[in-house]
Amino acid sequence: MTAEVRPLCKPAEYKSDIKPVWCPGCGDYHVLMSFTRAFAELGLPPEQIAVISGIGCSSRIPAYTSCYGFHGVHGRSLALAAGLKVARSDLTVVVASGDGDGYSIGGNHFIHACRRNIDMTYVVMDNHIYGMTKGQPSPTTEPEFDTALSPGGTGLRPFHPLVIALASGANFVARAFSGNPNETASIIVEAIRHPGFSFIEILSPCVTFRPDEKAWKDLVHPAPVEATNDPGKASRRIMTDDGFNIGILYRGDRRPYQLHMGQASAELAELEREFET
Amino acid sequence: MLKQIEGSHAMAEGIALCRPEVICAYPITPQTHIVERLGEMVRTGELKNCEFINVESEFTALSVAIGASAAGARAYTATASQGLLFMAEAVYNAAGLGLPVVMTIGNRAIGAPINIWNDHSDAMSMSDAGWMQLFAETNQEAVDLHIQAFRLAEELSMPTMVCVDGFILTHAVERVDVPEQAEVDDYLPAYEPVQVLDPNDPISIGAMVGPDAFTEVRFLQHYKQTLALRLISEFAGEFKKQFGRDSGGLLRTYKIDDAEVLVVAMGSVNGTIKDTIDEMRADGIRIGLVTLVAFRPFPVEALRKVLVGPKHVVVIEKSLAVGMGGQLALHVDLALRNVAGAPQVHSVVAGLGGRPITRPSLHRLFRRALVQPWEGTHFLDLNEEVIAKELHYVRKVRRSGPTAENLLRRLRTGAQKPAAD
Repeated sequence: MTAEVRPLCKPAEYKSDIKPVWCPGCGDYHVLMSFTRAFAELGLPPEQIAVISGIGCSSRIPAYTSCYGFHGVHGRSLALAAGLKVARSDLTVVVASGDGDGYSIGGNHFIHACRRNIDMTYVVMDNHIYGMTKGQPSPTTEPEFDTALSPGGTGLRPFHPLVIALASGANFVARAFSGNPNETASIIVEAIRHPGFSFIEILSPCVTFRPDEKAWKDLVHPAPVEATNDPGKASRRIMTDDGFNIGILYRGDRRPYQLHMGQASAELAELEREFET
Repeated sequence: MLKQIEGSHAMAEGIALCRPEVICAYPITPQTHIVERLGEMVRTGELKNCEFINVESEFTALSVAIGASAAGARAYTATASQGLLFMAEAVYNAAGLGLPVVMTIGNRAIGAPINIWNDHSDAMSMSDAGWMQLFAETNQEAVDLHIQAFRLAEELSMPTMVCVDGFILTHAVERVDVPEQAEVDDYLPAYEPVQVLDPNDPISIGAMVGPDAFTEVRFLQHYKQTLALRLISEFAGEFKKQFGRDSGGLLRTYKIDDAEVLVVAMGSVNGTIKDTIDEMRADGIRIGLVTLVAFRPFPVEALRKVLVGPKHVVVIEKSLAVGMGGQLALHVDLALRNVAGAPQVHSVVAGLGGRPITRPSLHRLFRRALVQPWEGTHFLDLNEEVIAKELHYVRKVRRSGPTAENLLRRLRTGAQKPAAD
């Protein structure tokens, strides 16, 4: 590890000089803090990390770090990250998204990124609202939440990202709360260390359009049981919990996506031999 | 009723008067206020018999509208910029299937680089998809064009976009006369679909068409748009009779009779241009304006009639075909193709990504058309210093990095630093 031959960075050194434009009190400030603490704990130099995002409040995070960043188009961060990781497998890839970006337009990519199980960490800052466009319902918004864009409430069952991740093959599943940045940082560290596709759902309140979410800090509690490697068991637990269980909920042992560089030509040579005989 | 009202809300009230039966909504700046106001009207009961559906993407929004329209409902949606590009496949689909969806475009630039401000790149990118496209100059016209758009779309069974400048119109509060329901009902008949779900004659929409008929299907789409050239004028005329004001039509002219320079433009910038023209006329410069309302169908004949005569035509547009130049200018060239004594056309790209188009800049530009006319594409108010530095840097350093970030850094640090720093 290069980290052993050069002085380790302090958390502050993973921050850029760009001042965040999030609203005062936004949970995403703490997520940024958790990012920088996790990177410092891992001892990764900033240039060994790529932070990839889509569109939305959460997706501003790459510019606020001193790592490589990519602010992509709406919902496509996971696909972008896949391209980056296969081209530069030596980099630690962290993908940042929100419930609007990641679960609506990005929903399809989410499922297939879990299936593909490329070694990367997907962090979704979930505030159950579209914040950047000023308060429209997202896939995780409660059915009765009444907005101009959902008169009388959406009436829709909220998206259940953790269970969908498990069903689709994610190799590490955790839930965190932005208000506990140290705990979140240690979950991010574990997620990055775990091989394959790691998914962390961070409850990150939007105090502007969902002031009711200020109550989350009193609702969250540690998950009562240790993480399992059984996706069925993990799914059942998550389906029946109160939505505020914090911690690592599943650690899988699926083999991560392997890069197949050079393999295609070998197969072609075999094919040619077959035709020669 | 006269109201002091935000553009988006006025449009929403105008759309509600058209009695849409299905509205598909997804937020994207600067269009969101339109669908939000419609949602509120559904909640309060001001808009009845309307299914308002909040969806998970723009692609879904237009796809749901297509499904609703195919089933015989009057369907509406709205989007902008990236949202329009995301729904591109469905945009072509609605047109190819001949479904008269009406969609508002809150005109906004397209990334990268990310930009939420106004220009016409989004609408121009979809101009060949088979939709009719009408551009509003004011919020009054934006309201009126929606009412005309439903009539036009349904008469021809062909989808129509109403293009309104993001922020400049959508977010501006100005005086708008929002019509009465009875007047709109008189003007816009109940929707009579050309295709419905008929239990006595079930058909499957979306046929695969091979080389034997594909050209003919496309030709008929094109033919219908040529019919629209007549209908757009006709419906604007009837609109004037019903509501007492000029709105819509193919194009409008301003002080063109004795003009030696004519300006051609679309959208809200026409107001600034008219003010500039008034000032220049006070200085004795004979200059006039042609405001294009219809971009699809493109009114070649109508434009030719007004453009032949003066020596110079300056085409100002808020979009750029990279590698070619001004798209609207190219269209104006088409109107003047094979015309004896045609004026010289001077192309100007202005207002990209929300850059203000100011009267002082327009003054300089129009005077230049008289004394120093140019070939090719002129970029209004281009920061040549920043460009020269970036070009120099790119030549010198192979790994020069992302252009947008370089320019921003250069603008932040001021222009004092040497090039290739």
